[in-house]
Amino acid sequence: MTLKSLLVAIVLGSSALFSAGAMSCKAQSHVNSPDPSLGTPSVATESSHVGNLTGHAEAGKQLYRRFCIGCHGPDGNGEGMNAQWIDPKPRDFTIATFKCRSTPTGTLPTDQDLYNAITRGFVNSNMPSWEPLTTQQRTDLVAFVKTWSARWAKEKSGPVLVIPAETPITIESVLHGRQLFQKMECWKCHGPGGHGDGPSAATLTDSKDNPIRPYNFSTGARFKCGDTNQDLYRIFMTGVDGTPMPSFADVIQPGDAWDLVHFLRTLQEMDSKEASLWKAYVAAHAADIKPIGPDAAGGQ
Amino acid sequence: MHRKFPTYLQYLKWSFVNFLLLIGLLAVFFSPAGLGTSKVFAAPAPKVRVMAIPTFARKYGLPCSACHTAWPELNNFGQVFRDNGYQLMNERDSPIWQNPAYFPITFRITPNWHRESTDNQAIDSTPGGSSSGSTVSGRVTQAGFDLSGMDLWSAGTLYKNISFVLLPSSDPTAVWHFEAAWVRFDNLMGSSWLNLRAGRFELDNMISEKRFLFLSNNGGIYQIYHFNAPGSANNFGYGDNQIGLELAGHSKNSYTRYSVAVLSSNEGGVNFSTDVVPGAPPAGRSYDVNLAFSQAFNGGSLGLERVGAFSYIGQRSTYYQTAQNGAEPLVGLGNKPFYRVGVNGDFFLGKLELLPLYMHGWDNAYLGNGVPANGTLPEGAQAPTFNGGFVEGHYYVSPQLVFLGRYEKVNVGTQANIANPSSYGNVTAYSVGYRWYPIMFSRAGLAWHNEYSISKSIGIVPESGDGTGLPPLSLTNGVWSSSLLFGFDFDF
Repeated sequence: MTLKSLLVAIVLGSSALFSAGAMSCKAQSHVNSPDPSLGTPSVATESSHVGNLTGHAEAGKQLYRRFCIGCHGPDGNGEGMNAQWIDPKPRDFTIATFKCRSTPTGTLPTDQDLYNAITRGFVNSNMPSWEPLTTQQRTDLVAFVKTWSARWAKEKSGPVLVIPAETPITIESVLHGRQLFQKMECWKCHGPGGHGDGPSAATLTDSKDNPIRPYNFSTGARFKCGDTNQDLYRIFMTGVDGTPMPSFADVIQPGDAWDLVHFLRTLQEMDSKEASLWKAYVAAHAADIKPIGPDAAGGQ
Repeated sequence: MHRKFPTYLQYLKWSFVNFLLLIGLLAVFFSPAGLGTSKVFAAPAPKVRVMAIPTFARKYGLPCSACHTAWPELNNFGQVFRDNGYQLMNERDSPIWQNPAYFPITFRITPNWHRESTDNQAIDSTPGGSSSGSTVSGRVTQAGFDLSGMDLWSAGTLYKNISFVLLPSSDPTAVWHFEAAWVRFDNLMGSSWLNLRAGRFELDNMISEKRFLFLSNNGGIYQIYHFNAPGSANNFGYGDNQIGLELAGHSKNSYTRYSVAVLSSNEGGVNFSTDVVPGAPPAGRSYDVNLAFSQAFNGGSLGLERVGAFSYIGQRSTYYQTAQNGAEPLVGLGNKPFYRVGVNGDFFLGKLELLPLYMHGWDNAYLGNGVPANGTLPEGAQAPTFNGGFVEGHYYVSPQLVFLGRYEKVNVGTQANIANPSSYGNVTAYSVGYRWYPIMFSRAGLAWHNEYSISKSIGIVPESGDGTGLPPLSLTNGVWSSSLLFGFDFDF
């Protein structure tokens, strides 16, 4: 075979491979379009609005293929090829249930909520922060995520929770928060020390019956839905949909919620005003402090 | 000129028919300058390139495309991951979160067919040589199936905020060296602006030659990253890994990045020598400094736009402390300075990415003329300078298909000796190709790589050569050297 013949064979062979590959790559990582009969929003027209940015689902679909498909899957149902190895499991967008919202439990989140979740990522999960993407790209992804469920075509986002001004951080607030932690049985899941090891922890599952662990407050400064006191307050009041963590909006007053926030800060292994107050109190009143748990009547 | 990890050498004379076939397949523009005559030279060692690490994809369950525009080139998410010390910062980075069976090893190699051709080579007029023969200018062409070198790449975290890389790399004949080996203390004092790295590593090149998309002998290097003016004794290559300490930092999203490195003046050499393989001359005792800075901007729907600047200020020995009447060099002496400065960019226009770079280089006259600093400069000797750079373009049809093109130009500004022809050492190069990734998931990577590259270097051995090529018979002759490569580039 002459050199020229060999080259021709190689070039033509590469073309054939190229063509064959074009089909197989569709099977490898193609993003499926939602079934229109389900009433889902159209990828061609769905949009999102974050600040002064408008996201476009069509652009978001390409980004989804690049960044998200491995975990959330080609059908958006959280069954990507890596999902079987991941714990907790990736979000199923087809049921439009989202953990981190500024809206009441059971309602759809705002575009800003989804944008924040993409930007922030989820601590203690495989979902990283996608802040390295541009703001426009993240907004486009929000638009595309909304095409997986018909809920986005039929419902509007819930009203945004109004967070009242934070009450002063005092030892009284911390102690009252500790009483609420006992009284509302937060310890049953999160454990007496907030380590996510309460007596019920091992039995918990999410809305898809996957085992789920309560948040361990000692693992760092970040919560699942943010890292500020306002973020923690919001979690109480909106709940973490799709998990056993309920909304306390109907059973707790804003002032009590702030007290609970201040106490939970003392469970974190980090420096904070709340932790300083608590340490000083413990040093002076160790004998007066009752343990948290099934045998405690609550209180200090 | 001198290359650290040369490869093969080459060239080609490309027939018009074959050229049309390539055009049809690649659908890319190609300069008619490449249609001339050709010659070759076979080439053994593969260049050391590459860093794509499916071991991280396996660890975090992300597809290759999450961190790479097209692997091995990083996108900004991958850049942030790398800047964070190979951490996603989601409290799952410490090795304790890894399955005990997980081991962070990646292999990469490229079985390929390639053709190398170089003209204006000084060859025997009669093959095999004869007493009556003479040396003539001719073309050398070689082609066949081949292997690239292999990277055996391990990287990851030793602990939260302590990262590492160990990269033994071999040429196709399995001659090994340590291409990179370092440990990095990340996020010192809780700040992403303070990260300290020690070992042998790539300079903080905004446009990395270790993670780029070209593989052929001619196209697989940035000419400007390895250029030294003709006659210079300087062995520095901006694309070569260096050894030392680096303090680096970045904003949370890596839009702003900086690097300050103090490096031994030995071109990344080990064992107090000037190379990572045995037999290199001894190194001196001086140090170099590299500074790099870049800033990215949000380009809206266009994508992320980044600009940067860099400078390398170094020294190289010009003679040695010796023993055995000069037969055994012991320690490099007579250091003379040089510097490289430049600016670069990374611009996205939707699916089109443009990577421009400009660099200016200067060598001290002793270094530039290869004269010991305790000797006398020849008449006409002067400090050589050069200017050059490239513009590279990528068009991402999808995360699984990218078309490539690059134009490079290096001109010697001031010749090392005033008697040299003004064009002596000038280089022009073109490269085109595409990479198609039939699979894109979190366990391994495979790319069908097609590339054609051609360079013209005046009066000197082509930069892409392995050092065994010969300069042309005249200092004003242009040496055309070309590479054609088809290969399966895979890593696991």
